Amino acid sequence: MSDSSENIIVAENVSKTFPNGVKALRDVSLDVKKGEVVVIIGASGSGKTTFLRTINQLETVDSGKIIVEGVDVTDPKTNLTKIRADIGMVFQHFNVFPHLTVLENVMLAQILVRKRKKEEAERIAMEFLTKVGIADKKDEYPTNLSGGQKQRVAIARALAMHPKIMLFDEATSALDPEMVGGILDIMKQLAKEGITMVVVTHEMGFAREAADRIVYMDSGKIVEMGTPDEIFNNPKTDRLKQFLSQIL
Amino acid sequence: MRRKKHTLLWNIAFVLVIIGIGFFIYKASLRINYSWNWRAVPSYLVYKAEDEIDAPAPGIVEGYKDGELILKTEKNKILHIKVEHPILKKGAVVNEGDELGYNTHYKAGPLLVGLYMTIKVSLVSIVMALIIGLFTGLMRISENPLFKNLSTVYIELVRGTPLLVQIFIVYFFIGTLFSMTRFIAGAFALAVFEGAYIAEIIRAGIQSIPRGQTEAALALGMNYFQIMRYIIIPQAFKRVLPALAGQFISLIKDSSLLSIISLTELTKAGREVVASTFSPFEVWFTVAALYFIVTYSLSLFDRYLERRLAGDE
Ligand SMILES: Nc1ncnc2c1ncn2[C@@H]1O[C@H](COP(=O)(O)OP(=O)(O)O)[C@@H](O)[C@H]1O
Ligand SMILES: [Mg+2]
Repeated sequence: MSDSSENIIVAENVSKTFPNGVKALRDVSLDVKKGEVVVIIGASGSGKTTFLRTINQLETVDSGKIIVEGVDVTDPKTNLTKIRADIGMVFQHFNVFPHLTVLENVMLAQILVRKRKKEEAERIAMEFLTKVGIADKKDEYPTNLSGGQKQRVAIARALAMHPKIMLFDEATSALDPEMVGGILDIMKQLAKEGITMVVVTHEMGFAREAADRIVYMDSGKIVEMGTPDEIFNNPKTDRLKQFLSQIL
Repeated sequence: MRRKKHTLLWNIAFVLVIIGIGFFIYKASLRINYSWNWRAVPSYLVYKAEDEIDAPAPGIVEGYKDGELILKTEKNKILHIKVEHPILKKGAVVNEGDELGYNTHYKAGPLLVGLYMTIKVSLVSIVMALIIGLFTGLMRISENPLFKNLSTVYIELVRGTPLLVQIFIVYFFIGTLFSMTRFIAGAFALAVFEGAYIAEIIRAGIQSIPRGQTEAALALGMNYFQIMRYIIIPQAFKRVLPALAGQFISLIKDSSLLSIISLTELTKAGREVVASTFSPFEVWFTVAALYFIVTYSLSLFDRYLERRLAGDE
């Protein structure tokens, strides 16, 4: 990347406490460069999902600031729909629209949000359905698809918006083991293509192979951060060492 | 095989019970000296009306041909006039306006006219109730206290007072205030009442859609209106269809209460027919059957829709 110094996401001292009193984020700061692939790892309940969701403001913050593409998304005056259209998100539980066909799932937001013509939206939808390998299912309803296939639809749906950033929240955790590899391959391919990605995952193989940087979170804090080599081969903190020893 | 036989047996028992009940009603009516007169009933639905045919000009009846009366006027013009049942002989002299005979045509009887009014007022009311229910249902789940409280007050008030009283209030107070017709006031009163129940059905339907659907749509950059219109309501609608159909059926039945503000719908028509005949049993059974035909058709239509929409889930 020629412009690799530009930060596309800047999170500054972000804190979040849920109404039930759980402190999910404590003073989290993280910069993501354009084209960078950042993988967030950490034990369950450490705040990974919450942090990811603050980036597109599915979760509000109590204090701190998040700037995406130069826009302060934590400012209440910001028009979120515009910035969200530039941030694709893939969920653990797919969240495909069950009342729409595969093709319609991928077309709807293009038409409503990107204001594309139907023909153009369909062309782009088919392009990405082909890319994730599910073009032949375009007229099926999601109920007739396997988990892996649903997740492919969800990825195509996000990509068809031509987002500048992709967020993945444990995209493979709800899949049968034999489906995981295919989804990870798609994610690796995207990482190679240079789209900015923030990925929450328990797949350490993926993190090692695809990440430019790995962030380790624990109890709502970023405890350690570094290249895959630094994190896996040279962990500094005891907590990370312990975490790695448990999952590797 | 054995099971099949039992089913048949129970079905036979069912038919016997129905026949038994019918026989009991018949016997009971004999004991109170009721004389059944079903033959009059069809004429409350449709009857043959007679239209008197009058001479358009003075002249002489020349004769009849192909069901037409040939009239030669004083000015020696020949007129062909359709008269199905003539009363004059050939050669009769008529003045302008004299009766030549009559034609007959089928006309809807009072019960059918009443049924038509019931369907009409119910349809208008259903549309209004859906709109009221949709908006108040959405208001009820809104985070804005103004909307939320307004809809809660509306729903609680409507559900806590009798429909009959509401009809009086809408008709005499709101209806007078805005000079509504009987029809509009009646349809509106029903809509206000059923709308509160529809609001609760819609609220429950919307809340039954997983949070992830809204989140996925938000993440794609869709706004509140688009999410409701394209993601939530289509899914919620499918889930609440049976409950909605049930509410529409209630509405049709509740429309009988509009007879109290002298809207001549099916029940009022029934009362009028009973008042002018001596066949209350036959008339009320017929009225009940007519209501049932409408509500049962609606429930069949609902089942058809449910089956059609079942494909994608
Ligand atoms: N909507 C919520 N309401 C209350 N507590 C929540 C909510 N979402 C998450 N939490 C809590 O916040 C903490 C962080 O959760 P999460 O970000 O989902 O962690 P992770 O994704 O790392 O497993 C957990 O203790 C979780 O129980
Ligand atoms: Mg999580």
